[in-house]
Amino acid sequence: MAELTYLQAISDGLRTEMRRDKRVFVIGEDVGVYGGAFKVTLGFQEEFGHWRVIDAPLAETAIVGACTGAAIMGMRPVAEMQFADFISCAWDQLVTVAAKQRWRAGTPVPMVVRLPSGGGFSGGPFHSQNPESSFAHIPGLKCVCPATPEDAKGLLISAIEDPNPVLYFEHKHLYRRIKAEVPEERYTVPIGKARVHQEGEDISVITWGAMVYTAEEAAKQLDDVSVEIVDLRTVMPWDKAAVLESVRKTSKVLVLHEDTRTGGFGAEIAATIAEEAFEDLDAPVKRIAAPDTPLPFSPPLEKALIPQVDDVVAGLRDLAEH
Amino acid sequence: MAIAREAEPVGSLREVRDAGLDREDLLQVYRNMVLTRGIEERGHILYRQGKIPGSFYTGRGNEAASVGVAAAMGPDDVGTPLHRDMGVHVTRGVEPWRIFAQYMGRVDGPTRGRDGNVHMADSKLGLIAMVSHLPAMLPVAVGAALAFRIREEKRVAVAWFGEGASARGDCHEGMTLAGVRKLPVVFVCDNNQWAYSTPTHLEYATEHVADRADAYGFEGIVVDGTDVLAVYREVKRAIEKARAGGGPTLIESLTLRMEGHAVHDDAFYVPKQMFEEWAKSDPLERFRTWLRENADMTDEEEDEIASEVKRTLNEALRRAEESPLPEAPQLLEGVYASPEDLDTPHHK
Repeated sequence: MAELTYLQAISDGLRTEMRRDKRVFVIGEDVGVYGGAFKVTLGFQEEFGHWRVIDAPLAETAIVGACTGAAIMGMRPVAEMQFADFISCAWDQLVTVAAKQRWRAGTPVPMVVRLPSGGGFSGGPFHSQNPESSFAHIPGLKCVCPATPEDAKGLLISAIEDPNPVLYFEHKHLYRRIKAEVPEERYTVPIGKARVHQEGEDISVITWGAMVYTAEEAAKQLDDVSVEIVDLRTVMPWDKAAVLESVRKTSKVLVLHEDTRTGGFGAEIAATIAEEAFEDLDAPVKRIAAPDTPLPFSPPLEKALIPQVDDVVAGLRDLAEH
Repeated sequence: MAIAREAEPVGSLREVRDAGLDREDLLQVYRNMVLTRGIEERGHILYRQGKIPGSFYTGRGNEAASVGVAAAMGPDDVGTPLHRDMGVHVTRGVEPWRIFAQYMGRVDGPTRGRDGNVHMADSKLGLIAMVSHLPAMLPVAVGAALAFRIREEKRVAVAWFGEGASARGDCHEGMTLAGVRKLPVVFVCDNNQWAYSTPTHLEYATEHVADRADAYGFEGIVVDGTDVLAVYREVKRAIEKARAGGGPTLIESLTLRMEGHAVHDDAFYVPKQMFEEWAKSDPLERFRTWLRENADMTDEEEDEIASEVKRTLNEALRRAEESPLPEAPQLLEGVYASPEDLDTPHHK
């Protein structure tokens, strides 16, 4: 085991698959010579050459469309969006072509789109978004959102192996902040399985991505409340059984995410809990999410938008007292 | 001012032989054109009989272009034909009864009733099923070419688009990527002069769509899309150039869409004179005449093709009508691929 940052774990997973499987290639803006805007693919072009680490023109539609075509022809493309925000430019390729091709024409599209997402460093409205719920809504796409270095590596390998288009949301705020032991060998983390980040008895927090750590910090501040944190790990498919099991154990739920509130994936989770575990609840399901506002640039505004530890503490306190 | 090269028509049988077609091939090309038109004419009948749900689209007037391009493709080449390109499916060998089953939403259509009309493809024949967002298929074909380039295979992808589709960004992005990487792809623009009701001067401001090729760093060629042999010759050259590492070519095939956008559209906006003018160069009649004058096609040969196509269509219709409609529970199958789905020649 080696201690790796979340970012190093992503690189490690990608390198592992590229060494193992010649069909895997990387394409994106500045991924080659520059090593990617966040240096995930630093040194890759030297090792794998120009035709497996492809510096693309500034053309997200072409990047994702080309991945679709290459995947249909038997390759295992991994596209990098420089920021998750730019996936809007390739919406049509993902949603219209890649997502529906298996169901419609029987043609699987095994590809991965890496999406550096999330805010917390004044990236402003176009470098900070968390668009996972938009894509979780599209039948045919899978969305994974690892929170730990171990999951970052294992889920990336699973995503590359998966016969479907998989959107891999990697949270920028975790890149260098989060470090942990990561197995050196190849392993996979199953898509669709949640992980209990922290066991507890009184309240369940259902969350994913960087909010796992926000929840952890908040839980530490409440000596008298035992908080269970369920890290969903993958948003589509999502581990309904694990969520319901935790809810039945604690009877109180906080659904927490960094994306905006209305139509956010938390709404789906809350609705499912209401449908399937209503009788087990001792309090209404609580949601904490960003307000329905674009992501701001200036630090006090951004802090007001992204759920903070204090917001989660207040939410947990509220639930505990119910 | 035009930048693209305007291709000459094909004259003699010798010239055709030089381009790689012998007499047998020529008769096969003619047969595929007749079959293509026959399928779409029968489709119209099925539609009027109320057997085709939704709308119905044809490529009348584009038979030479679609068959000519497909005839120039090699067996391992791939393509993304669109809704005026039935001749590509026919030439690649899709069984006509499966096309009728597709039209009628039956389980034996290539999409098993999940999608309609020409939104289909048999991947075993090297075709990728189109979506309605037509230019979206262009980057996909570029991606197929990228796969061939990465694996150093001598294969070529053909990307179809219309002059209407040429207005969208996918077209620009796909050609940009193909140009900078010199990928083995041939772009074929079916310019039928009407994007639904929108004429060419409202879709592009250059003289030809193919003039744009120069800006992407490759050659643009305009060819008469009613001349199957000229289409074949130009596409064949472009495909072999791409196969040899020479990069992409943009071929604009000029035709007229001889019917409305779809059955519900009577094309009132197309000047009557324009239809009359283009009817004179009907691609089937033009090639039939050429074959009789240059390749000694006999009455017997012509009749044999006509009757074989008729038999094929009758049998295809009968078989398609026997194909069941899909059942509701099948709706949910295969939204996601399973690892077994990757057990195809492409994914080995």
